[in-house]
Amino acid sequence: MTAQAAAPANERRLTIARAMAESIAQEMRTDPSVFVMGEDIGQLGGVFGNTRGLIEEFGSERIRDTPISETAFMGAAVGAASDGMRLVVELMFVDFFGVCFDAIYNSMAKNVYFSGGNVKVPVVLMTSTGGGYSDGGQHSQCLYGTFAHLPGMKVVVPSNAYDAKGLMTSSIRDDSPVIYMFHKGLQGMGWLGTEPGATVHVPEEAYAIPFGKAAVVRKGTDVTIVSVGMGVHQGLKAAEKLAAEGVQAEVIDLRTLVPLDRDTVFDSVAKTGRLIVIDEDYKSYGLSGEIIATIAERDISVLKASPQRVAYPDIPIPFARSMEQYALPNADKIVSAFRNMKRTRTWRWL
Amino acid sequence: MTPTRDQKFWMYEKMVISRYLEESIEKIYLEGKKPIFNMANGPIPGEMHLSNGQEPCAVGVCAHLKPSDVVTSTHRPHHVAVAKGVDLKKMVAEIFGKRTGLSGGRGGHMHIFDPSVNFACSGIIGQGMGPAVGAALSRKMQGKDGVAVAYIGEGAVNQGAFHEALNLAAVWKLPFITIIEDNAWGISVAKAQSTAVPDNSVRAQAYGMPGYQVRNNDTYEIFRVAGEAIERARNGGGPSLIEIETSRLAGHFMGDAEGYRPKGELQALRARDPIPAMRARLMAEEGLSEADDAMLVASYRAIVDEAVAFARNSEDPAGEEALQHVFA
Repeated sequence: MTAQAAAPANERRLTIARAMAESIAQEMRTDPSVFVMGEDIGQLGGVFGNTRGLIEEFGSERIRDTPISETAFMGAAVGAASDGMRLVVELMFVDFFGVCFDAIYNSMAKNVYFSGGNVKVPVVLMTSTGGGYSDGGQHSQCLYGTFAHLPGMKVVVPSNAYDAKGLMTSSIRDDSPVIYMFHKGLQGMGWLGTEPGATVHVPEEAYAIPFGKAAVVRKGTDVTIVSVGMGVHQGLKAAEKLAAEGVQAEVIDLRTLVPLDRDTVFDSVAKTGRLIVIDEDYKSYGLSGEIIATIAERDISVLKASPQRVAYPDIPIPFARSMEQYALPNADKIVSAFRNMKRTRTWRWL
Repeated sequence: MTPTRDQKFWMYEKMVISRYLEESIEKIYLEGKKPIFNMANGPIPGEMHLSNGQEPCAVGVCAHLKPSDVVTSTHRPHHVAVAKGVDLKKMVAEIFGKRTGLSGGRGGHMHIFDPSVNFACSGIIGQGMGPAVGAALSRKMQGKDGVAVAYIGEGAVNQGAFHEALNLAAVWKLPFITIIEDNAWGISVAKAQSTAVPDNSVRAQAYGMPGYQVRNNDTYEIFRVAGEAIERARNGGGPSLIEIETSRLAGHFMGDAEGYRPKGELQALRARDPIPAMRARLMAEEGLSEADDAMLVASYRAIVDEAVAFARNSEDPAGEEALQHVFA
């Protein structure tokens, strides 16, 4: 990956959890209006570790444990943010959105618009996504498409610690609501199992990664693989396998879904002529369809074969390991998708 | 705590302005909607929730508030907006959906935002609670002066947001007050049909905060109770809950045939209209003469007429302006 490739001699490898906490701490040191609110984000340091160490430095006023009252504290986040504060508020699992979606979607996401831009709502809603560890259908979803579909919220999905820190910095500095979706399987919490590729070199100083800039994390000429979060790592593994067969896959990490870097995706597909989208979120009406539509709308003639998607089937997430693993995207499914693509009739745009 | 002479006249002014605003909107709203009522037609399209009768809830509370204090209101927000000092011209223009409106026509009458006086709305029942609690938290954390007041209707007390927010305000001891405007009707469902207790002030006990019920839409009593609660909040004493028995003199929305109202109820409520009652008090207590009253009322009405003229004469936004201000 680009971030890893740039790692200097004094390499400083951090997990996504630590990178997020580091960015939050740096912003809190320079901006007294920033504070964190959520369930178990204080003494526990967040169920997924992304506020670890913060209460020791900043105290319980600014690292504020809440009651289990998402409706109230999401609403409170809107009110505090409109009153001059900057919030990082944690929704422990994205699956819990149902108990606070009015505050998120009818207020947080719309008040800027409803006020004609006169009200700012600088809230970072950080929330865990993803499964693969048999947590069942209310603790394993991604729901990228749900949030990205609805206007008024920016949507960030880091795949590695370098991006996680820079994207968090940009999120906190943004005056609009940002939904920051981190994947549990990338988080670096031992008890969840972790994708090693997510733990990379992270510079100590604060830096910001702009929204709407996808990263080409592996260069290739034969097929474009597009994803976010965990899907990027699966894409990279598939690219290794394909390379063994002499196929050069280009892998794109979108990094933010809103805004979406359609240009980078289009330019890559214009070069390779082939597109596979990986999405751990449900297949229908989501990210995979949006990416394919982007190409089809702009210039369908760049495609040498029908695009493929490796996405979660349209089923609730099952508990049993055999069933969950069957449903999840993985590198082998991506390789198969490429083979399917080769079998599809090559057609010419007239 | 009794209102001073100035406060009495201030409350009267805001009540008259609010009522005359609603009466003006009522007339204009029907333009283009006769003989066949279609909500989409006329200079003011969409739903319209008028606040006639609920003015005491607005003025009795807002008399104690400064522009820096925060208010969140409901889908029926005009009276509170008037009392909180929202820019009347821009507000009326917003109700008309004009470019000169508070949000340039993006919000409409259920989404009145005026950050210069810290006023906001939500059209979703009970959902102003959380934001007001958050504003109160912000003031406490910043050590800044200010209280936050969430207005809700009596129908909202059975929403989860109400209970969660009260607990949060209490556990963090925030400068927060919720005003329950009990107009006895949740659209068409009577309070007794929807709510297990006749007096919602008792619910305050569950959150360890003071709860009050004010009966009979009494402007002075609202002023007294709200004054106590707001003063306590300013002094770090934490949140309070106030339920006010008020009256909805109009339908839930314009076009509501109100078949659910018992016969005679509306006549009885009109007989207890709080504005003539306030006028009578000013005459008895402050020597307001008929002639002076007529002059005052004319001057208040002129303010509304000017705002309405401003709105009427303003341009509609261009369609593509809809694409602006999605993000800050």
